[in-house]
Amino acid sequence: MLEIKDINVHFGVIHALKGISFTVNEGEIVTLIGANGAGKTTTLRTISGLKKLTSGSIIFEGKDITNASAQDRVKLGISQAPEGRRVFSSMTVLENLELGAFLRKDKKGIADDLKMVYEHFPILADRRKQAAGTLSGGEQQMLAIGRALMSRPRLLLLDEPSMGLAPLLVQEIFNIIKDINKAGTTILLVEQNASMALQIANRAYVMETGSIVLSGTGQELMQSEDIKKAYLGG
Amino acid sequence: MEQLLQQAINGISLGSIYALIALGYTMVYGIIKLINFAHSDVYMLGAYFGYVCMTSFKLDFLPSLLISMILCTLTGVIVEKVAYKPLRNATRIAVLITAIGVSLFIEYVTMAIAGANVRSYPPQKGLFAQSVNLGNINITMQQIIIVSITIILMVLLQFIVKKTRIGKAMRAVSIDSDAAELMGINVNTTISFTFALGSALAGAAGIMVGIYYNSINPLMGMLPGLKAFVAAVFGGIGIIPGAMIGGYFIGIVEVLVSGYSNSMYRDGVVFAILILVLILKPAGLLGKNTREKV
Ligand SMILES: Nc1ncnc2c1ncn2[C@@H]1O[C@H](COP(=O)(O)OP(=O)(O)OP(=O)(O)O)[C@@H](O)[C@H]1O
Ligand SMILES: [Mg+2]
Repeated sequence: MLEIKDINVHFGVIHALKGISFTVNEGEIVTLIGANGAGKTTTLRTISGLKKLTSGSIIFEGKDITNASAQDRVKLGISQAPEGRRVFSSMTVLENLELGAFLRKDKKGIADDLKMVYEHFPILADRRKQAAGTLSGGEQQMLAIGRALMSRPRLLLLDEPSMGLAPLLVQEIFNIIKDINKAGTTILLVEQNASMALQIANRAYVMETGSIVLSGTGQELMQSEDIKKAYLGG
Repeated sequence: MEQLLQQAINGISLGSIYALIALGYTMVYGIIKLINFAHSDVYMLGAYFGYVCMTSFKLDFLPSLLISMILCTLTGVIVEKVAYKPLRNATRIAVLITAIGVSLFIEYVTMAIAGANVRSYPPQKGLFAQSVNLGNINITMQQIIIVSITIILMVLLQFIVKKTRIGKAMRAVSIDSDAAELMGINVNTTISFTFALGSALAGAAGIMVGIYYNSINPLMGMLPGLKAFVAAVFGGIGIIPGAMIGGYFIGIVEVLVSGYSNSMYRDGVVFAILILVLILKPAGLLGKNTREKV
């Protein structure tokens, strides 16, 4: 479904992505793990078209989208819940969700998806008239994911959905991510919480300072001694 | 008491003008964090466009108003495309200096074409020359027109910003342009639209000042522009209702100061208010000190 081919990305002289390649197949949960500054967020921003790449290509469902605009990528079915949630704080929960459906015209479909989001995250229905900035961190994360779902994506990019959340809430969010995946959305999940991510992922890639250094199924990587030492605290 | 009411009416008329200009400053600041110095010159152009419509083409006020607003919209959008868009990733100071350059450019091009001399709007006829007397209070038709048109434009603006798709896009981009882009919002189009709206309002302010004070000149934008900017900061820059409140506040203060003390103090008082606001409430009357959740 998504093919990243040898992409290089620079910030001025900083070489943030050094020729990385990976794939995400339809229906999978693929996770990208790695330490701070490895380049995970940059990878997702590049896939969404917020950051221009220096070389390489991005293929989505057989189409070369390397130079496509961010809007076109949303239209094609790529959506992202960015690092740090980035909800529109002074707008209401409902307005945030409506903005997620910005490019859609099918009123009926939008209403259905709103219902679907409220089913995944009932708290958002209760809070729909409230300014997004007044939500708790966990609720904001739910809103960020819900907002991303409102474009009815085929591929959902999630950047550290567990950041700053209590363990119980992390478990809840991960369960919902699994549900979303079961309902037919392919997921590329960036995480620092490697053990949680590996548990739900079909496949995983490990990034280190701009390169992919390891890949395998979630199970394989969980068993790997290197990974245990570096990311799983054992 | 009557004098106070009379002053208040004059203040509201002047405040309408400041509020209309302040809205453009505040919206553009909200969306690209730029103090668009050229904005006051778009207002000046609005007065000139209106002048040409009413003198050369002998049009009535309303069609002149519309044409002036449309031409100012075009000017604002072109200025943004030509001067600011190429600098989207440049430092803020570079864009600010460019804005000052654009401002001077518009002023002196206008001077070259229209001359530096003051021009007078044609004398008002018919309905426009009338006024209403309530006791000793005199309300001119121009004041009624200025205030009503301003209110109509503000209601329209609120509707656009709150209810329409492009209005929601404007708010989203002004809160977080990257996140807005992830929603599929075209940030460049949204910025253009913001300049268009602000410039249309400035155009309306320009022609209305023309019929109110009668005289216009190529540098007429400078002082009202500065005061409208003060109004925007007073209300909380980037906040639309703040600019409206700020505009009326500055207009009323200015008229009261000229009415009750020496009119030479009026500009001084306005800028003293700016300094006070910046000290006491740096984010402005309606501004919040932004807090972020991690
Ligand atoms: N806007 C920027 N300007 C300059 N350098 C940047 C910018 N964004 C990221 N970088 C650099 O690119 C590298 C990768 O950053 P990135 O944010 O992608 O890491 P990450 O893997 O998401 O880290 P984290 O887990 O902390 O979120 C880092 O060295 C970072 O300093
Ligand atoms: Mg990151």
